[in-house]
Amino acid sequence: MTITIAIHHVARVEGHGTIKIAIQDGELLDARWEVVETPRFFEALLVGKRWENAPYITSRICGICSIGHTLASIRAVENAFGISPTVQTSKLRLLLKHMETLQSHLLHLYFLVAPDFFNKGSIVPLVESHPDIVTMAAGMKLLANDLCDCIGGRRLHPTRTVVGGFTMLPDKKELSRFRGRLNDVTADLVKTVELFGTFTLPSFERETEYVSLRGEDCYPFIGGDLVSTDGVRRREDEYVQMTNEYGVEQSTSKWCRLSRGSFAVGALARINNNAAFLHPAARDVATGFGLAPVVCNPFMNTIAQLVECVHVVLESITLIEELLDSRWEAPRQAVEPREARGIGAVEVPRGILYHCYEFDSGGKIVKADCVIPTGQNHANIQHDLEALVTRYAAEGKSDAEITKLAEMLVRAYDPCISCSVH
Amino acid sequence: MGAAQAKTKTYLGVPVRRPKVAFFDFSSCEGCQLQIVNNEATLLDFLSLVEVVSFREAMSERSDEYEIAFIEGSITRGDEVHRLRAIREKADILVAFGSCACFGGVNQLKNRFADQGWVTRTVYGEHPVETSAVQPVDRVVPVDLRIYGCPVKKEEVEKIVTNLALGKSVVHPEYPVCTECKARENICLFDLGEPCLGPITRAGCDAWCPTGRAGCWGCRGPAGDVNISQMEAIMTDYGFSHEEMLDRLECFGGFSAYTGSLGKGVRRK
Ligand code: SF4
Ligand code: SF4
Repeated sequence: MTITIAIHHVARVEGHGTIKIAIQDGELLDARWEVVETPRFFEALLVGKRWENAPYITSRICGICSIGHTLASIRAVENAFGISPTVQTSKLRLLLKHMETLQSHLLHLYFLVAPDFFNKGSIVPLVESHPDIVTMAAGMKLLANDLCDCIGGRRLHPTRTVVGGFTMLPDKKELSRFRGRLNDVTADLVKTVELFGTFTLPSFERETEYVSLRGEDCYPFIGGDLVSTDGVRRREDEYVQMTNEYGVEQSTSKWCRLSRGSFAVGALARINNNAAFLHPAARDVATGFGLAPVVCNPFMNTIAQLVECVHVVLESITLIEELLDSRWEAPRQAVEPREARGIGAVEVPRGILYHCYEFDSGGKIVKADCVIPTGQNHANIQHDLEALVTRYAAEGKSDAEITKLAEMLVRAYDPCISCSVH
Repeated sequence: MGAAQAKTKTYLGVPVRRPKVAFFDFSSCEGCQLQIVNNEATLLDFLSLVEVVSFREAMSERSDEYEIAFIEGSITRGDEVHRLRAIREKADILVAFGSCACFGGVNQLKNRFADQGWVTRTVYGEHPVETSAVQPVDRVVPVDLRIYGCPVKKEEVEKIVTNLALGKSVVHPEYPVCTECKARENICLFDLGEPCLGPITRAGCDAWCPTGRAGCWGCRGPAGDVNISQMEAIMTDYGFSHEEMLDRLECFGGFSAYTGSLGKGVRRK
């Protein structure tokens, strides 16, 4: 008997992706992860534009990680023009980045993933059945977004973040109120850890190469060397050797490879490479879930995101304290454009994001390249999907179960599909 | 969509029928949809006002029974044209949601290249990918209502959707961003050495960017009475180049009528 499963435009993920599966007598005939999203050609849109357009335009690659795109873009321009951000700017950017990570991970954990474990199609039915959970999730996300407003001017497509620093600085009184709100959120995160502890994740594993940035002395977020669990190490500006983008028939997004047919980026990859740098409380959560590197269960990416939520909240409290203890310096440095090439690598919620620009002497973009984390994950999703269906079909699972598991697998990667196609 | 939405909402003591709404994403960053989810403080109130029957980004359930369709994104491929037409047939009210849907958004910057083959090759090399010129929604089907912004402002969306649910008409401001900016007592950015399209851009965002000391890029399109040459004179007076003005005017597509007439709207590589 042949079973074919087609899930057109998987729900509760960002963008348009389709899963197609064919099984005959319990054996896999074909399993495909197809990306059908429309390309917008951002790398071409930038050509001929002056440098200050870059962060502004590229933030529109993605609504969920627009702060990450803005920061990667700014870093690429600053690296090209030889600008090093001040300590104050770096701390504010990291804090902003942390809040994007928090809101994005919470969106994934509660709005996209949790309904699967309650056997619901969305978070909406949970409003009636589990109002406390929904209220708590919304409250935590609100805090993250409010702090993004406070630093970046708004939660989506920030306005105050510019090459050289910020257009204006947050009000210190307001910032100190956020310290209190972050403290309150730590209690909600403990409850979140308990809740996710009650979910049983599929035990599926597949040997995988995990790629992330490597922090020298702290957990990586902005800039740094590129490392893989297969032992590869490269400088930030050697990103092309790390990503090796290529076109494929089944996808409007390019795919990537490094040492093997595919690799994975994202929260699990970051922890697999940098667990030692996690905040001790976050490391305890990881240990509690059996997340001891190297973990090769893609479903554990969700747990890795939960661990990172704890990490970023605790680190943000420290960052706010340091900012409150220092005097505000000038928000912004002057920019001198020059003929140059600059690369910016940033760990966004779904993995490493690279922006690279080449400028002429007047500061106009002559060439642009953006390599998106979900693009780096697509080939790995494909390989996981094949292995997953092979295993569960052989175990005789029903097509309804296989359908759900396949969707959950794609969802575990938290793909940002429009972003990957851009 | 569960019992949460089954309660009847009343307005001034009169029961209000909750319209069935659906969200659809085309070529976009999905940020405008996200703004709905980003509305944590009032999300549940919002959900009690309307019945969301389709929202792929957040829901597995889907229904083809809807009265109001929110269209996010621009139209860039043949399949999008077909999908949009089918939605138009089913919807009583079709809303162009955000700058991509209203004007083409940043995506329409693609149209400024005369050689579209070059655009595709630059990004995909010799691997062919289907695409066509970027169009706003109203170039393909009639639009009943527009919600401006990149991204849309969530407070404004709520106000507009409330009016829609109550059957009240929706009126957009004709005055420019400067009016709201002055009401917020901001220092004018030109005096701080920054260019700004506030004098010619439609208000309604509460001077979102200028209040963050970032000049306006015109994402909401032209205000009621636009004087481009005056704008250019202000730019020149404060020492900004024609190119800096053009970068802003052409960024979101709302001023395409003017960038075209300036004769420099189409730039080749
Ligand atoms: S209008 Fe802006 S925020 Fe909305 S979808 Fe388009 S690019 Fe994203
Ligand atoms: S900053 Fe912009 S919006 Fe505000 S008054 Fe000046 S020109 Fe107008």
